[in-house]
Amino acid sequence: MIEQKNIGSKLFNIINGTVLILITLLCLVPLWYVLMISLSEKSAVNAGAVTFWPIGFNFLSYEKILGETAFFASFWISVKRVVFGTIVGVGITLLTAYPLSKSSRQLPHRNAYMWVLVFCMLFNGGTIPWYITIRSYGLIDSIWALVLAGSLPVFNVILIVNFFRNLPSAMEEAAYVDGAGPWRTFLLIYIPLSGPVIATITLFTIVGHWNEFFQGLVLNTKQSNYPLQTYIQQLVVSMDLSRMNSEEIKLTAQLNNKSLNAAKVFIAMIPVLIIYPFLQRYFITGITLGSVKE
Amino acid sequence: MYNKRFLKHYWLMMAPGYIWLILFSIVPMFGIIMAFQDFNPGLGILKSPWAGLENFQYMFSIGDIKQVFLNTIIIAVGKMAGNLIVPLIFAILLNELAVKKLIRPIQTLVYLPYFLSWVILANIILTIFGYNGPVNNLLQIFGIDPVLFFGKADMFRPLVIGTDIWKGFGYNAVIYLAALTGIDPALHEAAAIDGAGRFKRLLHITLPGISSTIILLAILSLGNVLNAGFDQIFNLYNPLVYSTGDIIDTWVYRAGLVDLQFSLATAVGLLKSVVSFILITVSYFMADRFTGYKIF
Repeated sequence: MIEQKNIGSKLFNIINGTVLILITLLCLVPLWYVLMISLSEKSAVNAGAVTFWPIGFNFLSYEKILGETAFFASFWISVKRVVFGTIVGVGITLLTAYPLSKSSRQLPHRNAYMWVLVFCMLFNGGTIPWYITIRSYGLIDSIWALVLAGSLPVFNVILIVNFFRNLPSAMEEAAYVDGAGPWRTFLLIYIPLSGPVIATITLFTIVGHWNEFFQGLVLNTKQSNYPLQTYIQQLVVSMDLSRMNSEEIKLTAQLNNKSLNAAKVFIAMIPVLIIYPFLQRYFITGITLGSVKE
Repeated sequence: MYNKRFLKHYWLMMAPGYIWLILFSIVPMFGIIMAFQDFNPGLGILKSPWAGLENFQYMFSIGDIKQVFLNTIIIAVGKMAGNLIVPLIFAILLNELAVKKLIRPIQTLVYLPYFLSWVILANIILTIFGYNGPVNNLLQIFGIDPVLFFGKADMFRPLVIGTDIWKGFGYNAVIYLAALTGIDPALHEAAAIDGAGRFKRLLHITLPGISSTIILLAILSLGNVLNAGFDQIFNLYNPLVYSTGDIIDTWVYRAGLVDLQFSLATAVGLLKSVVSFILITVSYFMADRFTGYKIF
């Protein structure tokens, strides 16, 4: 390693270290702040007195949430959506990717199939035709709209196709010689060899479904069918500012139970925080795999 | 090892994926027809009267739309530039960090906002920049009157661009960091022996070493020129900032799904889809040409 000896270099090291630590705090403090608000007294929060530490520490907001059935109903809808959406999404992604990873000789018109996928990834009819289509299927107010409406995650399919293609073909040939059919080769050879990349798309699918709010908003007519993010969006964000003048906004800001809202926001973050350690172990592989070439 | 008997199994495997694609991606594309109709939900797509290019003519005649397109491009280009440069600077600073043990923890923590939804982050941001939030409290110490940040049209764009960069810089830095570790340390050592200081090495070894990554990311971001980020703006904006913050996607949402002007909203959405499609296709060709990047 190169020695850094001169004063300028040392000074730079100190400043650089400080700046980076400040940047890191900048990413964490907002989340910490929400937790502090949720644990503070309502009056202190509305007065804007809370900063880094709770004032009038209490769990009242969390106790209050326990009595809100709408919150739990939405939470449960989100859980169902994540479970179904991930199983369906990842399962179909893998199934679609396997034949597409074959050569044009093994699967005639393989490139045409691929171009259809890429076209669907790059072009879409826009929000309104998409909405009208889902409505014509009769999926409004159904959990299946939330599970399926996002359609096939094409980017993930391409990711898996690229990954499958880079596995040594000798293994497939050996399996073929031993008499394994396509299903057996897929399930017993390709899937077990793709652990990290499957983990990557699974985690991203989970986070994607958990965080999604727009489909929850437009594909449901009843508030009782909202997933959690839409519930929070309606309750917290839209109440604050939309369709009000600045005086009204100030007034509402004061009357709002910010402590309770912060508690709901914090609870909505918890699932992401739980899978975060797994996510950040795998997603670097995911990003770099996106650019894998033949 | 071509086997004809395998073929029907391959088709069977692909069937669910392509049926899903047809139902939820390809069928909606035919809804584009609505842009050329005077769509009436009661009559449906098949029976609604034709309008030719009327929707498009009307669209260009309302001044609102021009502003909406302008807002979209300004915000999107601001984000593209910021999301290219800030993560680069961050990655270089992190790479230069003297205490190597801290690199990993810092990296792990700065990704976090990327994985949280805009619903949640917008809520936090609105609280922090709120009328009696911490930012205004801090300003008051310096004797500045509290500002209603998200109620001021001239502050909305910088706030949107800034918070978007804040959310994504850790994640966007990953690719740069991967490229930085790919630079041969022997180059740095040779330059140091020849008397190149840290800054000289940054300029002549580090930056050229990752230039192809920078160019690739710049090209690929081109497709986002009309993509200003619906989720973020939808959760942060309000009527007070429509003049600077209303973008195509939020306008289409309000025109189509709130005011039920289906045909007009479809026409505007279609224009966006077509332009974006052309931009992305061109950027992919350029990426292939200049850096050898291929999607599959």
